[in-house]
Amino acid sequence: MTTEVDRSSVVIEIGGMPVRVNTSDPAFSRLLEDRYCGYVTSSDEAEISFDVELTAPVAPDPDADVRVTNVNGRWTLTRGDFHAEWEPAARTGRIRQTANPYSIDAVLRIIHSLVLARQGGFLLHSASAIRNGKAFLFAGVSEAGKTTISRLAPPDTTLLTDEISYVRKQGDGYVAFGTPFTGELAKLGENVSAPIKALYLLAKGTENRIEPVAPGEATRSLLANLLFFAEDEELVQAIFHSAFEFVSRVPVSRLTFFPDARVWELIG
Amino acid sequence: MSKLYLTRNPKVAARSLDGEMMIMSGKDSTLFTLNKTATILWQAADGATPLDEIVDRKICTEFEVEPAEALKDAETLARELASHEILQISEQPIPRNSGESR
Repeated sequence: MTTEVDRSSVVIEIGGMPVRVNTSDPAFSRLLEDRYCGYVTSSDEAEISFDVELTAPVAPDPDADVRVTNVNGRWTLTRGDFHAEWEPAARTGRIRQTANPYSIDAVLRIIHSLVLARQGGFLLHSASAIRNGKAFLFAGVSEAGKTTISRLAPPDTTLLTDEISYVRKQGDGYVAFGTPFTGELAKLGENVSAPIKALYLLAKGTENRIEPVAPGEATRSLLANLLFFAEDEELVQAIFHSAFEFVSRVPVSRLTFFPDARVWELIG
Repeated sequence: MSKLYLTRNPKVAARSLDGEMMIMSGKDSTLFTLNKTATILWQAADGATPLDEIVDRKICTEFEVEPAEALKDAETLARELASHEILQISEQPIPRNSGESR
């Protein structure tokens, strides 16, 4: 005799790419719907479908490294708190994790970064926002000011993220999409998109100013802020050349700012 | 002293921008920016030209340096680049790899 287990699905669409997550745990399903509020779609269409198997809680290991490897077309993603496998050809995968939103968040970020790498796009450690119909990116490492500049954004801006920007190549330019990947602001970005007008490299200072950045430095800074974990020569080559392509098409400047709202007078 | 031959590792991504040569490891995504001498070695690393010839033709003509000293420094640099898997080195000519990066 077999027992049929009810499975529910949540389709999470980020950057225009719907990913279905199947789970037999109703509480985890609700957790996903809450966590990705604004990114959950009622459509049944999905480009990738993951079955999630929930495991017993484990003690978190803050030093656990992420490993992303590809063997014969099958990707394996591991960290202390999750183990995932994904077969792009079959458009399916499996995730083993505990019932928490952080593990699935990491898996989704990695999957999106792998898909984008083949398409000339990337995920970037940067805040991003739309103003006057154009998207502006603010890149920097932790403490560079991504959350601060997001907090200071005036009412006529639409926040896409205060932590991880979603960049897709489209025609001759690039488009930024909102993401649910948050930093200290803990506020999901709006699920909208706009053509990218500029990338600013953030620096805190005693005044607000914008200075040009040489292409070499711009490319190095962009590469340093990319989210990319895969041990895969082909994709490393792809993302490396994508960074040069982006810098050749999008103005990159250094934005030194004093943390008050006047910095936004320079942007837009 | 034996000859040393250099060739580019085809598994790295490489690109020149405003005279700066940037290389990214295909294995672990480490980014390297080559200095002028390392860039000369990278550009001349065809697997067929021995290092002493590269030094004689490309480095001694560019910098005011004693040939013997230049060769010693270049060999040290070539071995360092090989340790980062940017170059491959051998005491024999190296057949040209296919699929070199840009």
